[in-house]
Amino acid sequence: MENSEYLAKKIRLHAVKMVNSGGSSHIGSVLSIADILAVLYGHIMKYKATQPKWPDRDRFILSKGHGGVGVYAALAESGFFDTRKLMEHYQDGSIFSGHVSHKGIPGVELSTGALGHGLAVGVGMAYAAKLDEEAYRVFVLMSDGELNEGSNWEAMMFASHHKLNNVVAIVDRNRLQSMNTTEETLTLEPLQQKLEAFGWEVISLDGHEHDVLKVYLSVDYEKRYLDKPLIIIANTVKGKGVSFMENQIAWHYKTPTGELFDQAIKELEGV
Amino acid sequence: MRNGFMRSMFALAEESKDLMLITADLGYGVFEEFEKKYPKQYLNVGVAEQNMIGVASGLALEGKTVYLYSIGNFPTLRCLEQIRNDACYHELNINIVAMGGGFSYGGLGMSHHATEDIAIMRALPGVTVVVPSTEWEAEEATLALSKNKGVGYLRLDKSKATIEETGRAFSLGESNMLLNGDDYAVIVAGGIAEEAIDAAYALSEYFLSLKVLSMHTVKPIDKEAIADLVKYYKGIICIEEGTKLGGLGSAVSEVIMETQNYPKNFRSIGINDQYICIVGSQKFLREESEMTADFIVKVILEWESLT
Repeated sequence: MENSEYLAKKIRLHAVKMVNSGGSSHIGSVLSIADILAVLYGHIMKYKATQPKWPDRDRFILSKGHGGVGVYAALAESGFFDTRKLMEHYQDGSIFSGHVSHKGIPGVELSTGALGHGLAVGVGMAYAAKLDEEAYRVFVLMSDGELNEGSNWEAMMFASHHKLNNVVAIVDRNRLQSMNTTEETLTLEPLQQKLEAFGWEVISLDGHEHDVLKVYLSVDYEKRYLDKPLIIIANTVKGKGVSFMENQIAWHYKTPTGELFDQAIKELEGV
Repeated sequence: MRNGFMRSMFALAEESKDLMLITADLGYGVFEEFEKKYPKQYLNVGVAEQNMIGVASGLALEGKTVYLYSIGNFPTLRCLEQIRNDACYHELNINIVAMGGGFSYGGLGMSHHATEDIAIMRALPGVTVVVPSTEWEAEEATLALSKNKGVGYLRLDKSKATIEETGRAFSLGESNMLLNGDDYAVIVAGGIAEEAIDAAYALSEYFLSLKVLSMHTVKPIDKEAIADLVKYYKGIICIEEGTKLGGLGSAVSEVIMETQNYPKNFRSIGINDQYICIVGSQKFLREESEMTADFIVKVILEWESLT
C-alpha cells in the first residue's frame, strides 16, 4: 500500500475511534477529506514535524473546521504529537475540540469552526509570502456547503486580483450540507464556471484518487499557472469508506456506537 | 485626529517594513501619499471587510504588524466574527482603526452612527480599546498600539478636545488629565471631551471646579485613577458618544462596584437604548441626546442643590 493510502486508512480509523469515544459529530465530513489530508501530509506538503513553525513549511488551513479530527489524526500520524493524545478529543478539559483549534496543538495553523474564514486568512498568508519573497505554498481545504458564505467570494476576488499563484484551495465537493444536498439548499452549480469567472484556475477531480490528487497538487503542476490561484473541486463521498455512512446526511451528526462502531472499524480495516 | 494617526503611520512604516496599512476602500485623499511612499506596505482590499480581517490575520500570522482602516461600523460590526475568531483568538498584532466615532458622520444617517462599537469591542477578550479625546492621544496611541500585544481598536473622531499637551507622556491604560479641578470629575473618552472642557469653564462661573480625565484606553481601564476620583470628588460623570450599555460608563461602574468604594454622586451620559433616527451635525445630535456641556452643568448643579 502506498504511504498516503496507508495514512488515509489511519486517519479514518483514528477519526471513527475519536468520534466514538468523544461522542462527537461530523464523522461523515471527516471521512470525505481523509484522502485529501493523507495526500497533503503524506506526499505534497513540506514541513518538519519536530519544528512546527519552520519558516519554509507549507501552510495548511482547514476552513471546514468541523473536520478537525481528521487534521488531528493526520498531524499525529505525521509525527507532530503522540497518537495517544488523539483520544483526548471531546473529553472534558481537552484542547482537542470538535472544531480544529491551534491552541496547544503543534501543526495547526489556524483555528476554525465558523465557516467562511479560512480562505481569507490563507490568501493573507499567500500575500505575505509574495511580499517577503518566500516560497511556501498555502493550502486551504473548504467544504462545498461552506461556499454559501459570501466571505469566500471576497477572498477569491482578492486572490485572483493579486495573482496569488501560491495558494491552492480545495473544495470537498461531497454535495451534502447540513440539512440537504448543496443543490437543493442553495445552488452551487455551475460551480466550475463560477470559480473560473472569479479568476481561478479550476480543476475538477476525484477527491479519493490519490494518484490524481498527487498530480494536481504538486508544485510542478502549479507552476504552469503563472498568474492564477488554483482551486480544486475534489469530488468526494461524504462518509467515504464506511458503507452505511456514505452519502447519508445523518452522519453529519450521529456518533457511531455499539455494533455500528464495530462494523465501521471492520470496514475501514478491510477485515 | 486622523492627521495624528497618519503622522504615526508614516513613522511606523519608516521604522519597519513589516508594518502594513490596509483599507477597505475608504480614506480618499488620506492615503495617497502613504501608498506612494510605501507601496508594498499599503493595500486596499476593496469594499470587503470580512476579507480584510482575514487577510490581515494571514499577514499577522506571518509576522506583519497590521493597521486596518475603515469608517464607522464597517471595520468592527461588519466583520465581528472574523475579528473574534481570526484576529483575537490567535492573539495577532492587528489594530483596527475606525474613523468617525459616535456622530462624526451624523448627517449620513443611522448606518454611519458608530454608537455601539466601544461596548462591542470591549466585550472581546484581549482587545485593547482606545478612544482618544485629543489628536495628540490619537497620534501617541497609534504608536503605542504597534508595540502592544494582541488586537487593538482605535476609534478616531472628527471632533476633538484641544488642550496644552506639551510635556505629557502617553501610556496605554493610563488616563490623561485634560483639566484639573477639585469638586467634580468627568471621565470621558472621545472627542466629546470638548463638551466636558466647555462644562468646566461654565461651572467656574458657579465657583465649582471640574476635573476632566480622558480615559483614552477604555480597556484595560485605569482603575487607580477611578479609585482616586471616587475618594476625593463630590461626584463623577462619565460621558461618551455612544450607547450607555456596555461602554465607558459601564466600564467605570464595574470598577466602582467591584472595589465597593462608591462615589457620592454618579451619572453616565451617553445614548440610551435606541437608534438615532434623525440626522444632523455632531453637535446637533449631541444636543438631541442630552450629552453636551450644558447637560453636564445641569447635572452638577442639581447635585449641588442636594449637597
